[in-house]
Amino acid sequence: MSAIESISFDHTQLLRFITAGSVDDGKSTLIGRLLHDSKSIFEDQLSAITHTSHRRGMESVDLSLLTDGLQAEREQGITIDVAYRYFATPKRKFIIADTPGHEQYTRNMVTGASTANLAIILIDARKGVLTQSRRHAYLASLVGIPHLVVAVNKMDLVGYSREVFERICNDFATFADGLSLSNIAYIPMSALHGDMVVERGDNLNWYQGMALMDLLENVPIDHDINLDDFRFPVQWVCRPQTEELHDFRGYMGRIESGFIGVGDAVQVLPSGLTSRIKEIVTYDGLLDYAVAPQSVTLTIEDHLDISRGDMLIKPAAMPHVTKEFEAMLCWLSEQSLDPRRKYLVKQTTRVVKALVSRIDYRVDVNTLRHEAAETLKMNDIGRVALKVHQPLAHDPYQRNHATGSFIVIDEANNNTVAAGMICAAKD
Amino acid sequence: MDILLNNIEELTTPVAGFVMKNESMATTKSTVTGESAVANESTVANESTVMSEPVAIKRRTARQLGHLDALESEAIHIMREVAAECAHPALLFSGGKDSIVLLRLAEKAFRPGRFPFPLMHIDTGHNFPEVIEFRDRRAKQLGERLIVRSMEDSIRQGRVVLRSANQSRNAFQSVTLLDAIAEFRFDACIGGARRDEEKARAKERIFSFRDEFGQWDPKNQRPELWDLYNTRVHPGENIRVFPISNWTELDVWEYIAREELEVPHIYFAHTRDVIRRDRGLLPLSHLVQLKEGEQVESLVVRFRTVGDMSCTCPVQSTAVSVGEIIAETAITRITERGATRMDDQTSDASMELRKKEGYF
Repeated sequence: MSAIESISFDHTQLLRFITAGSVDDGKSTLIGRLLHDSKSIFEDQLSAITHTSHRRGMESVDLSLLTDGLQAEREQGITIDVAYRYFATPKRKFIIADTPGHEQYTRNMVTGASTANLAIILIDARKGVLTQSRRHAYLASLVGIPHLVVAVNKMDLVGYSREVFERICNDFATFADGLSLSNIAYIPMSALHGDMVVERGDNLNWYQGMALMDLLENVPIDHDINLDDFRFPVQWVCRPQTEELHDFRGYMGRIESGFIGVGDAVQVLPSGLTSRIKEIVTYDGLLDYAVAPQSVTLTIEDHLDISRGDMLIKPAAMPHVTKEFEAMLCWLSEQSLDPRRKYLVKQTTRVVKALVSRIDYRVDVNTLRHEAAETLKMNDIGRVALKVHQPLAHDPYQRNHATGSFIVIDEANNNTVAAGMICAAKD
Repeated sequence: MDILLNNIEELTTPVAGFVMKNESMATTKSTVTGESAVANESTVANESTVMSEPVAIKRRTARQLGHLDALESEAIHIMREVAAECAHPALLFSGGKDSIVLLRLAEKAFRPGRFPFPLMHIDTGHNFPEVIEFRDRRAKQLGERLIVRSMEDSIRQGRVVLRSANQSRNAFQSVTLLDAIAEFRFDACIGGARRDEEKARAKERIFSFRDEFGQWDPKNQRPELWDLYNTRVHPGENIRVFPISNWTELDVWEYIAREELEVPHIYFAHTRDVIRRDRGLLPLSHLVQLKEGEQVESLVVRFRTVGDMSCTCPVQSTAVSVGEIIAETAITRITERGATRMDDQTSDASMELRKKEGYF
């Protein structure tokens, strides 16, 4: 019996998704509709926003008030940061990262996208595919979101026209051809009237595909996680040094990908030393096998020098261990990238000093054209080469998000200034 | 959108069967005790073989790990990051259900070792006595260090000035908390806040940076990507860490059931003297003065949150087991804070304002 048969994680129970769209695409209305029609709005929330809507002289309830959590947002009627919403249906639990559509907050979309299984990109049926729809699609592909839903909203304002819908689908598909997006679903809808959100409604009978909720509940996400390559970055070394546990030395961490069993051969990176798994310790007892993303404590047969930042792997599936690599960087800080400066890179559980040794190009996210660049400014995305002062064990981001991602920290002010995705090494 | 206003009837429809279907392990308690408030759902039928063997469920021989395991693993990972990267962390433990869950998660993260941080409670002096008793007992059971800093001291020192002795002390906790953080030079405080609690919290990072005045700047938060947490602070600054950010109230109760965690009795239905005030029920205590026209009633109630006695309201309920609480929580139509916290109802931004001042 293979390990995967004996223990497995049912990832299908929890779906994380983001919504991307501009202020006027009806994004807040869509989220309000999803929450309302799935009976996830609470009475006191509804009465609070009803009260606020009426105080502002609106006749109907402004569902966007549900997602705008901060004072400045309610005052200015905008969304300035990622808000997380939670709801459940009998089939799944959902976490929505509601990300704003303004250009200056692209960093928030990348933030929300980094942990998402699925992205909903809203398009106003009257306006069609806009620059920012392209930007959202590009960001979704860059961050490697496995599933994309193009929600063509406000169909009520174009007479529920099939032609309009199909033209927008074609436009989007043409643009998306240049991106690495494999699973794109197109859904016509009216969030305002509730057509094709939770209920199908009566206005879009020509559309045979799934309504949005149907898709969210059923989209297969169990293959989204890498179960091939065992990667265990050590977070914390447990040495109780008590009488009964005098020699206990456990390596605590989370299995980021793959699985492990007692007796399996493992290698420690970057040192390259090898040993075998002695025990898989958990608070609930010893396990024979463990699988991503379980948090466990591993003990090994030999006394090796292992500390935080090291990575245990199976020799059959080796990551790269290098001091130089190339990556796509999304710059998040108002202070632009300064190639003369040293930064800190945090990748898995390792923090190292780093230098951007070369900027290959900057991507124009509207045209996807590559441009020469001396620096990267806030919201810029570019391909760079990095040098780090200690070797990192890494995989291409496309193969393994956990070992292919990193953040860049500015040591002077401790801000997170960039998000990085490691590119496949060129042969 | 006008339909929303007319649809309140419809909103009371329960989210049928969610608890049972997705997390059969969670309802051990209700099965064991034979309390079958949730067992009426049709989906239970399929689970009957599992349900008749609560012991097997408890040992989690079921090899299919579900959403609670995913949330648990995320929280353990977060706690270990704090332990490894922060110099002087602390875990805020109030004796309430969310921090009870935090303690179990800390056991899962660090046993067989000791916790790499002390527990700390900011005692408002307005806490329910049962909860304080529970707090001390639980810390002792775990053999971990508990630090208590009291608002009474802050008041005596003139650091906190109240308008009246009996007013809610919730907002003033921040002063005592920030003083304690300075006293012990804590650079990270692990708390049990959840994003589903409140709309300002829905926007907060898991690792939430506070400046040297303990203030949260919601418009200028550090981006938080994947699960690569930036824990770096300068001396005097600190990070608040919320390992159960992504949990809902229902997840918390399902976890309490699965782990068979003890919670203070006031979470369960009991008879209590209360007063109807504003939209809620106020528990009668030495902190509450009867206003004209108010009457003391004896009702069967339970608390959904345990906080400052002067502003924490119980709800009417007959739930006497964790399983029954889960059944109630699964179908409730009122948010946890909406039902129970008068101080959150002062304005749209009460929580945000308190957080900007250093509240956790």
